Amino acid sequence: MSSRILGATIVRILRQLLHDPRTIGMLVVVPVLLLALLRFMYDDQPAVFDRVALVMLGVFPFVIMFLVTSIAMLRERTNGTLERLLTTRLGKLDLLFGYGIAFGVAAAVQATVAAAMAHWLLGLDTAGSIWLVILIAVVNAVLGVALGLFCSAFARTEFQAVQFMPVVAVPQILLCGLFVGREQMAGWLKAISDVLPLSYAVEALQQVGANAEPTGTLWRDLGIVSGCVVVALVLAAATLRRRTA
Amino acid sequence: MTSAIEVRDLVVERGKRRVLRGLTCAIPRGSVTGLLGPSGSGKTTLMRAIVGVQRVRSGSITVLGEPAGAPPLRRKVGYLTQAPSVYADLTVRENARYFAALYGYDAATAERAVADVGLAGAGGQLVGTLSGGQRSRASLACAIMGEPELLVLDEPTVGQDPVLRDELWKQFHDLAGKGTTLLISSHVMDEAGRCERLLLIREGALIADDTPAAVREKAGTDDLDEAFLRLIRAQEVAA
Repeated sequence: MSSRILGATIVRILRQLLHDPRTIGMLVVVPVLLLALLRFMYDDQPAVFDRVALVMLGVFPFVIMFLVTSIAMLRERTNGTLERLLTTRLGKLDLLFGYGIAFGVAAAVQATVAAAMAHWLLGLDTAGSIWLVILIAVVNAVLGVALGLFCSAFARTEFQAVQFMPVVAVPQILLCGLFVGREQMAGWLKAISDVLPLSYAVEALQQVGANAEPTGTLWRDLGIVSGCVVVALVLAAATLRRRTA
Repeated sequence: MTSAIEVRDLVVERGKRRVLRGLTCAIPRGSVTGLLGPSGSGKTTLMRAIVGVQRVRSGSITVLGEPAGAPPLRRKVGYLTQAPSVYADLTVRENARYFAALYGYDAATAERAVADVGLAGAGGQLVGTLSGGQRSRASLACAIMGEPELLVLDEPTVGQDPVLRDELWKQFHDLAGKGTTLLISSHVMDEAGRCERLLLIREGALIADDTPAAVREKAGTDDLDEAFLRLIRAQEVAA
């Protein structure tokens, strides 16, 4: 890895994003609109809104960054830039961390706007600090990036890449404890939920919702999600081959 | 003259097809070598093998004294893929600066490369909005910057008008004059005459490796197009 090449790669990816104002607009505005929708749905049940909106603040960046990254990486593979990059001094980790950091920055903007709007405009109530919510949302976004980088290796076309969303993201959303509490699940469902990283991200958010001070469980959960990020990045690195058939 | 590239008994299979069948050749340093042959003959595969992105079945390739694809080569070898591989959602200048950073060059070098391919006026334009010919020149700018020791260019002049083609070939010879070795593929025979050496491949095998003059003489015609046809027929009769 080289800090100069990593830096150039981060700047390059952010520039690509800046040339696409519509994508930036949607990244920032769509989560806020969906949260506003939730707010009106649960107009007379503020406690339910607090519970669901808090989880959604973690789910949105995960899903959106997963999709954006798998398409971006697939483009690198199909338009020949990846092959060209790998004939230069760029290391695999320069590219993977470049995506992780650049989209992490985009996710930080997205999460800050969404959390701030939810907190101050829509009246989302959490016992703990809203900044912890933003931190967890950013870690979730980076998890989405890492899984997207990995999954893009198994798609040949954009159509296929999009199909990985229901495969990778939806089961995690269903089993994260939002719809059915994790403790109420059948044993085998709970076992699956236990190995899905989003379950820990959601638990961390629920810890912020219920406790004024950051708890040990919260830090443990964040540690687990970060560990999953590292594992996904290592797996993604294994899918990047300088030599192909 | 020492060789920049030495290929020995190279066999490459893609899928079940044997694309290169025991190819051996050497490319002298500081020369402009043309790689010619009909489409599907294995030109791109040979170039990919030389820059070290192609999995090979057997044989060896030495590039500037190192095995092809060795890490020290990554700053010495420029590679232009056949389809323009630049970012459509970046400007010409942003693309050039990014690749300059990857090779360890500064923004001024990137700017020079953009001017060298005749895109100085379009530096701020998004690559996605360029014409096909401009887009491949944007891609070329990212390969030629900083006068690399070896340039592997896969059909760099496709889609360019005759004036630009002429300018690009002059630049290729300028680069060779400064010591760069160039391997340039083409399926246009009128470009063959501009090379110092020619490699003609067909169905994954080498059928000529010589200077254009020697190829003309061997085939007994001044027209390179006709010369290649005769060589191919002669080979078919022999086989």
